[in-house]
Amino acid sequence: MAADVVTVTAVPVRRRMALVRGRSVLWHIGVIVVVLALLYPIVWLIFTSFKPANEVLSSLALLPQHATTDNYRQVFSGIAGYSVWQYLANSLIISGGAVVGNVVSCSLAGYAFGRLRFRGRSPMFAFMLVTIMLPQHVVLIPQYIIFQKMGLVNTFWPLILPKFLATDAFFVFLMVQFIRGLPRDLDEAARIDGCGPFRTFWYVIAPLLRPAMITTAIFTFIWTWNDFFTQLIYLNSPSKYTLPLALQIFVDQTSESAFGPMFAMSVLALVPIGLFFVAFQRFLVEGVATSGLKG
Amino acid sequence: MTSQVLTRSAPSRAERVVARRPRRRRDRGAAYVFLSPWIIGAALFTIGPMVASLYLSFTNYDLFTAPKWIGVQNYIRMFTDDNHYWNAAFVTLKYVLISVPLQLALALAVAMLLSRPRRGQGFYRSAFYAPSLLGASVSVALVWRAMFGSGGTVDRVLRVFGIHTGSWVDQPQYALLTLVGLSVWQFGAPMVIFLAGLKQIPRDLYEAAEIDGAGPARRFLSVTLPMLSPVLLFNLVLGIIHAFQAFTSAFVISSGRGGPSDSTLFYTLYLYQRGFVDFRMGYASAMAWVLLVVIGLITAVLFRTARGWVFYAGEDK
Repeated sequence: MAADVVTVTAVPVRRRMALVRGRSVLWHIGVIVVVLALLYPIVWLIFTSFKPANEVLSSLALLPQHATTDNYRQVFSGIAGYSVWQYLANSLIISGGAVVGNVVSCSLAGYAFGRLRFRGRSPMFAFMLVTIMLPQHVVLIPQYIIFQKMGLVNTFWPLILPKFLATDAFFVFLMVQFIRGLPRDLDEAARIDGCGPFRTFWYVIAPLLRPAMITTAIFTFIWTWNDFFTQLIYLNSPSKYTLPLALQIFVDQTSESAFGPMFAMSVLALVPIGLFFVAFQRFLVEGVATSGLKG
Repeated sequence: MTSQVLTRSAPSRAERVVARRPRRRRDRGAAYVFLSPWIIGAALFTIGPMVASLYLSFTNYDLFTAPKWIGVQNYIRMFTDDNHYWNAAFVTLKYVLISVPLQLALALAVAMLLSRPRRGQGFYRSAFYAPSLLGASVSVALVWRAMFGSGGTVDRVLRVFGIHTGSWVDQPQYALLTLVGLSVWQFGAPMVIFLAGLKQIPRDLYEAAEIDGAGPARRFLSVTLPMLSPVLLFNLVLGIIHAFQAFTSAFVISSGRGGPSDSTLFYTLYLYQRGFVDFRMGYASAMAWVLLVVIGLITAVLFRTARGWVFYAGEDK
């Protein structure tokens, strides 16, 4: 960056401007080429989903020669006996439940760890930090056994209930960090006015916590929406399938001729993430930058 | 909990005088209320299951009959008598060793490219980040499967250049590479973290280096890398933990089998097969514990050696 300045100071101003602009144009072209290459698979997916069956895997052309919505029609009329609406609804219920659970339970725990004093705080906090790194496989099988004994396998409970118990330690940590950054004067003032911890939380902390809650909500939604592993383990009847499950099972049941509808369904599965991305991209990218969230 | 609040919110005059202690106590009661979901969750879904899976790893358990204690048999079998296990371990290790450095190198390179403030920087940053959000999905894994499959885009494009590879996902020597590619494709998340780190480096360090006659390469090695090393450590640890647990891409591309000839049999995929297809829950628990120990050891080693290569400005952190 400083290099251009030093090397071009001897050049007349107008030429320097032209040089800088030329470099800048080159830079933009370079970056745009990389972006296009990077997003090519997604663009390819979208265009292919509008191709008729005989074009899907036979032509290299990106654009469909005879664009059609047949693939989408077929997906909506039914796959594995259920319309895609059913799978969409199931995915939405699970993701929505997970969002509510994480936002509520993690902000409560975050407030306790971030502001209140109580016996056992440091060991509990240390334990919470360690569980961020814990691979889920170590707890997976006993959790499965618990839900199996409770008769809750093949329901949405195993996918939603743990979220209400603040098991996503990462978001607890996010809340703690955010709360620690809030000026203490605010809740001290509330305390002096006679608010207890509950009212302080409700009237002072919770409203200020909104950015952290939004970050938690967005990432919980996207991660749950994309989740495959847990849903694969707990859901096993087609009426309970989520979009990713239905997609995977559909692919393995059909031949190559049905690739078109499969791609249409893939697009549908990505639409909510795309919408979230467009609507919240600043929150998303800032969230990653400030808290080290991994996508 | 409400009764406590009510009685506490109207303190007597004497209590108000020594307000500090009752408030402490009130805090303490309230803290446990706020924390109760987390405490229940930690006990029921973390500590309990951890102990249980450690116990199960020493048993034979099929979910339907009572667990039978067999000592360290599962571990012995795993290490001495299970070829699939070793295949899975090597495939995963190979995947971690190739995909993590490639992903971080690309992330750092693009972060450097984007680090100068320019018009449209925010847009580019978001565009590069998008694959990180989409990449974990089944949809994208299916796209990969189709593009690298027989008659897929990759095969056709290579054929134009006279290279005949056939289907990548059906050949043991290429299948893992497609998964590595999918992982590297998601370099956006570490890139954003690198970008945030690059912004923190004081400009006068570069100016000082330049006055001392340092070229771009030297500035990168002597200023950028040391100043960025804490972020690098963070990305490395996170990337490794993440890569060890990769599952969806391999499952989708190999239809849950880990083929061809175990070449995409990720550790977690084999664990899933043992636990939830063969219902050998004891064996799968033992596998999970080995995974935990390996990840723990690698993380510990990284942090230990970090003292040698991670530079904290001011050294007081």
